[in-house]
Amino acid sequence: MTGRAIAQAGIFLAILTLFAVPLGHGMARWLNGGPGWMGQLLGPVERLIYRVAGVDPTQEMSWRRYAASVLGFNLVGICFLYALQRLQGNLPFNPNGLGDVGPEVAFNTAVSFVSNTNWQTYGGETTMSHLTQMLGLTSQNFLSAATGIAVLLAFVRSLGEGQRAGVGNYWVDLVRSVLYVLLPLSLGLALLLVSQGVVQTLAGSAVAQTLESGVEQVYALGPVASQVAIKQLGTNGGGYYNVNSAHPFENPTSLSNFFELLAILLIPAALCFTFGSMLKDRRQGWAIYAAMTLIFVPVLALTLGSELSGNPRLANLGVDDVPSLLQSGGNLEGKETRFGITSSALWAVATTAASNGSVNSMHDSYTPLGGLGPMWLMQLGEIVYGGVGSGLYGMLMYAIVAVFIAGLMVGRTPEYVGKKVEAFEMKMASLVILLPAAAVLVGTAIACSIPEGTGALANPGPHGFSEILYAFSSGANNNGSAFGGLTVNGPFYATAIGVAMLIGRYWVIVPVLAAAGSLAKKKRLPPTAGTLPTHGPLFIFLLVGTVVLVGALTFIPALALGPVIEALQLRGAS
Amino acid sequence: MSSAQQRPLFERAIVQRAVIDAFAKLDPRRMIRNPVMFVVEVGSLFTTLLSGHALFSSDPNAGFVVAVSVWLWFTVLFANFAEAMAEGRGKAQADTLRKARRDVIAKRLEEPTRVSRYEEIPSARLKQGDVVLVEASQLIPGDGEIIEGVASVDESAITGESAPVIREAGGDRSAVTGGTRVLSDWLIIRITANPGETFLDRMIAMVEGAKRQKTPNEIALDILLAGLTIVFLLATVTLYPFSVYAVESSGQGQPVSLAVLVALLVCLIPTTIGGLLSAIGIAGMDRLIQANVIATSGRAVEAAGDVDVLLLDKTGTITLGNRQAVAFVPAPGVTEAELADAAQLASLADETPEGRSIVVLAKQRFELRSRDLKALGAHFVPFTAQTRMSGVDLDGRQIRKGAGDAIEHFAAQHSTRVPAEVRAVLEAIGKKGGTPLVVASDQKVLGVVELKDVVKGGIKERFDEMRRVGIRTVMITGDNPLTAAAIAAEAGVDDFLAEATPEAKLAMIRQYQSEGHLVAMTGDGTNDAPALAQADVAVAMNTGTQAAKEAGNMVDLDSNPTKLLSIVEIGKQLLMTRGALTTFSIANDVAKYFAIIPAAFAATYPALGRLDVMGLHSPSSAILSAVIFNALIIIALIPLALRGIRYRPAPAPALLRRNLLIYGLGGVLLPFPGIKVIDLILSALNWV
Repeated sequence: MTGRAIAQAGIFLAILTLFAVPLGHGMARWLNGGPGWMGQLLGPVERLIYRVAGVDPTQEMSWRRYAASVLGFNLVGICFLYALQRLQGNLPFNPNGLGDVGPEVAFNTAVSFVSNTNWQTYGGETTMSHLTQMLGLTSQNFLSAATGIAVLLAFVRSLGEGQRAGVGNYWVDLVRSVLYVLLPLSLGLALLLVSQGVVQTLAGSAVAQTLESGVEQVYALGPVASQVAIKQLGTNGGGYYNVNSAHPFENPTSLSNFFELLAILLIPAALCFTFGSMLKDRRQGWAIYAAMTLIFVPVLALTLGSELSGNPRLANLGVDDVPSLLQSGGNLEGKETRFGITSSALWAVATTAASNGSVNSMHDSYTPLGGLGPMWLMQLGEIVYGGVGSGLYGMLMYAIVAVFIAGLMVGRTPEYVGKKVEAFEMKMASLVILLPAAAVLVGTAIACSIPEGTGALANPGPHGFSEILYAFSSGANNNGSAFGGLTVNGPFYATAIGVAMLIGRYWVIVPVLAAAGSLAKKKRLPPTAGTLPTHGPLFIFLLVGTVVLVGALTFIPALALGPVIEALQLRGAS
Repeated sequence: MSSAQQRPLFERAIVQRAVIDAFAKLDPRRMIRNPVMFVVEVGSLFTTLLSGHALFSSDPNAGFVVAVSVWLWFTVLFANFAEAMAEGRGKAQADTLRKARRDVIAKRLEEPTRVSRYEEIPSARLKQGDVVLVEASQLIPGDGEIIEGVASVDESAITGESAPVIREAGGDRSAVTGGTRVLSDWLIIRITANPGETFLDRMIAMVEGAKRQKTPNEIALDILLAGLTIVFLLATVTLYPFSVYAVESSGQGQPVSLAVLVALLVCLIPTTIGGLLSAIGIAGMDRLIQANVIATSGRAVEAAGDVDVLLLDKTGTITLGNRQAVAFVPAPGVTEAELADAAQLASLADETPEGRSIVVLAKQRFELRSRDLKALGAHFVPFTAQTRMSGVDLDGRQIRKGAGDAIEHFAAQHSTRVPAEVRAVLEAIGKKGGTPLVVASDQKVLGVVELKDVVKGGIKERFDEMRRVGIRTVMITGDNPLTAAAIAAEAGVDDFLAEATPEAKLAMIRQYQSEGHLVAMTGDGTNDAPALAQADVAVAMNTGTQAAKEAGNMVDLDSNPTKLLSIVEIGKQLLMTRGALTTFSIANDVAKYFAIIPAAFAATYPALGRLDVMGLHSPSSAILSAVIFNALIIIALIPLALRGIRYRPAPAPALLRRNLLIYGLGGVLLPFPGIKVIDLILSALNWV
């Protein structure tokens, strides 16, 4: 059983790498206007968009301009999405006659989808009309992911050869990301999902007469496949249905589960290779990919192992829940039987490693250490694969910290891919690491000190604490998955997590772009024997060490009072 | 390097002064410059108030709170002591220098001539442009340029070198420094620095650290440390509401106490590096001073660690001063002994190093003793720019030596020619990088003396070392490209600049810099000044001109161009010490968590006790042990901070691997036994 779980995880990672490498290299070409069939096919559409929007695609933006464009565009998105929800009762494509969404939930949802978090304080099928889902949520699924890619492109450009005054053009990066990457991939994935039985319709709910006479069952339908495709690919995670990909209409078969799982990590993983390709040094991309995988695998092993070994208290009662050839065993609470433990645990770790947040099982029901894995991956800042674009730029900021320490240890002013790392970059890297962590800790501290915070808990004790910690870890790092067990549509959580999402997204994007602006102006130094290569095992180890150490040192006290003590108590009881 | 300036690490006088300074440095206005230690000071103050409150309210934990507060103060004091120690070494050096800056009476001349009238004024009143006369056994009153005279000068006050040096007007040895003493003869000097701005003043300010500013790298590290401090501040501050929640939901124990929170905070923030950071920087400057190099800024020292191109003058740095004769190659029909004999005769009166080396070679090869030319009735013909030959007229014979074309001209006058065989030899020697001198006697061309640059012993290995750490060496020479290439190959430099002019040097530096390299060079002449000003690290020789010294950002008092290599090492060592201690400091936190977290929640969540892998005596002993370890490690690392970590030239990955192993892994592991031992001692003493 364990052997099969390892094999399944291994095969998944192998297939992921197999697809990510060519996609990554392809993206480097498509996103930078390189030659190829993609440009020939869609180039006219791209140029038409610029002409209609009045954008000069050759214009280089300074980092300030770029950041202002990102913030402005996202602000417009938030306002538009907020208005759409508040007015949906009077708008078309509302076959089920859903009413306007309340102000706190509308604010939370608007911020959530624009910031690529897709934290959902609402049940999709009972709150959002078709129009809101399609025009509001699905379109933000595309645009928020494209914004992540755009910011990453700006940052990677700043590391490239030659000094430049600007970091690229946001509108061009945005259009190309949507047109060349997100739309084609989503289209393909949506068709695959429809083939597996994921629903796609504009009709209202279907009503079925059950065998019990007089009892009707309502099946919520809608344009599901199209939204699920981008929610997985764009590390959005906001499901059409309340139970997300655990719902049989959203994720019906093992095959659909595999496609959706692959889609979670595909673009974040591929962007590592885009990075290497754009730097004309593919080893750099592989190094970052290796570092991410080296963090991913042990956490996966922890969660998978904990879930497979089940609950010690049950064993105490004489129940045999050990997996064997004759039974699946392990901790199946909150998991779909059609997926089983391995596919559920793999999904839970992947969705929190990438800042996706879609779920196919209930994380609240995981064993304490099984739940610690996903929670900690988010607390690391969503950089292990991470969000589309955002994961890699977060990881690159860690790389800057790592080279700084390494540079000091080899007696040279540090440099990353030939660009000198100085005080300004360190300041920005510190902000990127500091602010989301601060939002998690301060948010959790406030929530567990006030009645509005603790009153929403379903469980007392350390597990309740884990629920709050998970919620803020998810929001502030733009993951969007929920531990569950916490009622989050009240005004306190809707607002507090909304603020945490804003901090986690934009207080990272701005420092990243500022660092890009500063790095872009620097000369790229030629490597010598005194330069620390950033593609070897040593650097990979150092990068992993930096991420793990900072992540661990920041969250050890909080984790000790949540999942760790829960695990110790559980074991102590056995 | 003079051994007089080597100081033991813990000199009694310095330690005494440092202890006093450690308390003076508690002034919060000074502490705020070091954010990490400032947080510790605030924490100490806070726990002192807490212990006051605990004592008055006769809290049973009062003893623990007092102990925490005392050890937090020690943490701050230890860090201050480290800085004071580093400064103290500089101050002691400055005191020695100050003795040289005595006020002397200067003879200010009305006219810049020896016979002019002068008035006697105190040297402190001398201004730039004044002209003074200094005679034997008098101190030179200020920095200046010699405009007339030659004298031997004792510069030991500054260089520590007791052998006197010759200073003379004109050329590259015309600069004198205030505070040095004229031993013989007299000098007329134009003062070039106003009082308070002299070289000695700058040097004193430098070693005292009065003008010490944080270097860019230090600032970047400060930002990282401040960031980490904020992270840990958040982690500990939020622990209070977390623990309140834990107590409420578990219904047992008490929220974590404020003293414990402060203790945890101080243990977690990077106090080890925070406390030693400035000591490391000052000690780096100090090591440079021990090497007899004065830097005008800490920035230059740091840049030295970063340099990846070294421009080295051939003469003096790579080769021993001058060319030397290494072989006699006779013309057809002439024996080698005949050639040697003629060459010796032609060189006996030639006082140039080349001439002397011919005499030496003749003696070595053929036991040819020196002969008295006057007794032989010979007439010496010195080298002139017109003839470009030198030699002797003896018994009506004209013996001459000179470059190939000069001798050709001489031979033509005697209606003969340089034989083809000799021409071939000339060409061959030129290709090898040597300089051929042709020797002729009247009509007959006797053969060729091969002169060669002699590369300094061990220099090739030094360059190999440089290459291994990624530093490119470039030889600068006035020789033709052929000769230059041969010497470059022999010395093992990576590149060379032949027929170098000041403009070419400057252009080369700019070229390297535009490719992103950092360039270091040495220079002494006025024509070096533009290149020195352009280079990132520019070491001027103390024997050099005032212009060179002002253009450079370091002065080598020993005037040893090879010193550049040591300067680079000192710079690297400085950066590496910082990096190693930063890693060590952060890695230490793992063990401290294992000590403090179970202890802090022992009453609320007894199950967390399983994380207490060290098996510590009691919760209060665990916390106190961690705090004491944190304080003592600063003291324990002071020698390392002052001396710097060991530097071995190796490629970056090898260095990183080694330092990660020692300071990273060591930093994770060391505190476990360390805290355990302190815990055992505390419990044995019944203090907890």
